[in-house]
Amino acid sequence: MSTLLRLATAGSVDDGKSTLVGRLLYDSKSVLADQLDAVERVSRDRGLVATDLALLTDGLRAEREQGITIDVAYRYFATANRSFILADCPGHVQYTRNTVTGASTADVVVLLIDARKGLLEQTRRHLAVASLLRVPHVIVAVNKIDLVGFDGDVYAAHAAAVTAAATDLGLADVRTIPVSALDGDNVVDRSTRTPWYDGPSLLELLEEIPAALDVADEAFRLPVQLVLRPQGAARDVRHRDYRGYAGQIASGVVRVGDAVVALPSGRTSTVVGIDTADGELAEAFAPQSVALRLADDLDIARGDLLAAVVDAPVPTRDLEATIAWLSDRVLLPGTRVLVKHTTRTVQAVVRDIVGRLDLDTAEITPADQLGLNDIGQVRLRLASPVAAEEYVISRRTGAFLLIDAHDGGTLAAGMVGEPLAEARCPQRRPAQYAI
Amino acid sequence: MSLAVPVPVRRLTQLQALESEAIHIFREVGAEFERPVLLFSGGKDSVVMLHLAVKAFWPGPVPFPVLHVDTGHNFPEVLAYRDAEVARLGLRLEVARVQDYLDDGRLRARADGTRNPLQTLPLLDAIAEHSFDAVFGGGRRDEEKARAKERIYSLRDEFGQWDPRNQRPELWNLYNGRHDVGEHVRVFPLSNWTELDIWRYIAAEQIALPGLYYAHDREVFQRDGMWLGVGPHSLPRKGEPVVTRRVRYRTVGDMSCTGAVESDAAGVDDVVVEVAASRITERGATRADDRMSEAAMEDRKKEGYF
Ligand SMILES: Nc1nc2c(ncn2[C@@H]2O[C@H](COP(=O)(O)OP(=O)(O)O)[C@@H](O)[C@H]2O)c(=O)[nH]1
Repeated sequence: MSTLLRLATAGSVDDGKSTLVGRLLYDSKSVLADQLDAVERVSRDRGLVATDLALLTDGLRAEREQGITIDVAYRYFATANRSFILADCPGHVQYTRNTVTGASTADVVVLLIDARKGLLEQTRRHLAVASLLRVPHVIVAVNKIDLVGFDGDVYAAHAAAVTAAATDLGLADVRTIPVSALDGDNVVDRSTRTPWYDGPSLLELLEEIPAALDVADEAFRLPVQLVLRPQGAARDVRHRDYRGYAGQIASGVVRVGDAVVALPSGRTSTVVGIDTADGELAEAFAPQSVALRLADDLDIARGDLLAAVVDAPVPTRDLEATIAWLSDRVLLPGTRVLVKHTTRTVQAVVRDIVGRLDLDTAEITPADQLGLNDIGQVRLRLASPVAAEEYVISRRTGAFLLIDAHDGGTLAAGMVGEPLAEARCPQRRPAQYAI
Repeated sequence: MSLAVPVPVRRLTQLQALESEAIHIFREVGAEFERPVLLFSGGKDSVVMLHLAVKAFWPGPVPFPVLHVDTGHNFPEVLAYRDAEVARLGLRLEVARVQDYLDDGRLRARADGTRNPLQTLPLLDAIAEHSFDAVFGGGRRDEEKARAKERIYSLRDEFGQWDPRNQRPELWNLYNGRHDVGEHVRVFPLSNWTELDIWRYIAAEQIALPGLYYAHDREVFQRDGMWLGVGPHSLPRKGEPVVTRRVRYRTVGDMSCTGAVESDAAGVDDVVVEVAASRITERGATRADDRMSEAAMEDRKKEGYF
């Protein structure tokens, strides 16, 4: 039984990210002969002696022409027990935009540093983004270890610095690995040239990392996507009176017989059926897509949240939030936007900009506007309530988009709560965060 | 009764996770768009896509029609399959015909005879004619490097064009489908599936496919290193002897340029084994038109191709 792991890469330009990804794909045998032929041909055309595996991650024409990567690309590789979706995030220009995007869905961030340089400001920023987006695991690959003569002391010093920085930022699970992406040391197979390192290779680590938090520790949440009510159109007459609330479980477990509350209305009912096209279930868990039947005919529509009655979120029209501003436009207080939270989209106004997060120091400095790639703390006032929770509690019910009501563009990635609150106030970290 | 309470393993398999993600995407589009349509050719990816759509809206019907952009160079058994599926599920089928465009001169036949690239215009016209605002496509990111950069929701302007440098960031599972009148969104629910995932899913769900995906004896001839089946739209030229081989198709499309591979994989489990062991991508193996240039797909996609 194979499981799925989503990872995102991060690193500064020239740290060897493309080479590492190419190496992972190649050594895990996910590169097929015709793709390799193409890369070998291009390598020869460019007068290279060896095949440049970095070319495997080549994307668009403009990227080839300019020799840079512009946008996140998705790659796929698999081992016997696990399939991987890799969000390959370029390290520059749109860097926050890309790493935030990749990190938003990632179970693991693989961050590269150059063994000759060690921890840079950029590294700290990448760690901060991983912490901000609450990525459960971070692996720091100390690359180009061949260029420091496979020196275990150099590695140990970098590993200690990275681990300290990560802990400061509230990251619970950070591991380091010495690698040479170019030669393949510790990427797929363990290297004999790093005798002072007795840990797993990168791929071994990726295979053993838990794919997700234990859903049993989470509270049940299901944002309603749509109400399935086929009436006369039901393909089976027995379903003429069917009424199911369809959605993907955002967190936790639900069982037939559970009491649930519909938010924002606050009305409660009992689950009498959990349906899929393949049959009824006694229980379901995140991230399954199901339809729930309830004992009572409540007025429930798309955008409502079904939640366990205990500790259900309190719907609110005021959000204190962290946003990663992804637009070229400048954000000023008073700007009107749309907030898309789970399956609900509401109008909102940015009441205040509290400050801007300095990713190097993890401090918030006062600001009265935000620009492209800024991460800031804002207060939003919503036209109608949403059942939001702190992002540290849930990466689903704590996340939202800001959308330009006029041109429809995505303006910002939003997370309910203060930026890096865990880093500044460790006791706020929920228990299930540590693994 | 045993005292030890078994701890349930609450973890989805990879295929279950991909299925759940796709169902979520279908339901989002079903809820937020007014006139979606699903591109359905009878090819395996579109078949899997339709299967997932059926699941997403069960016990209701699939709440949108399907559209086939017909090259006119079809495998007859694929057309028969298409029509049977549409009838079985009670769907409305729209067909946009490349042949109509060639007949009245809106399109000109290409020198190489290939019709796959000619599908863009009929597709865009059909989208405009029916005011479709969301178009489900079976594209997968593992297929090709331009596709690797494609979003799950891919906004197209009023000319159907894709601007790869100006895509909306796609965060979490929050999809932004806002578009202006005349624009539409291409939606790719299978973005994160690989060819092998598709086949494993077909096996697990016992999904019926057109027979040519499985090994059969066929009259074929060799061109550009590929086996092409003999048919009304793909006739051997001089020096291309016809032989009978045991083959199957990895993709189906324009018959004149879609190659068969020699294979003994007669059932779905054999195909899974074969695909898992294959060292060549399906496009590399069987699509003459995709081998043209490094950026062939990117250019086509920018113009509004699937
Ligand atoms: N010696 C050595 N060179 C490396 C290693 N990894 C990458 N490089 C080289 O570093 C340069 C930048 O690598 P690339 O993968 O393009 O970096 P990216 O910008 O992070 O994608 C290239 O010349 C690579 O060959 C390594 O482990 N050892």
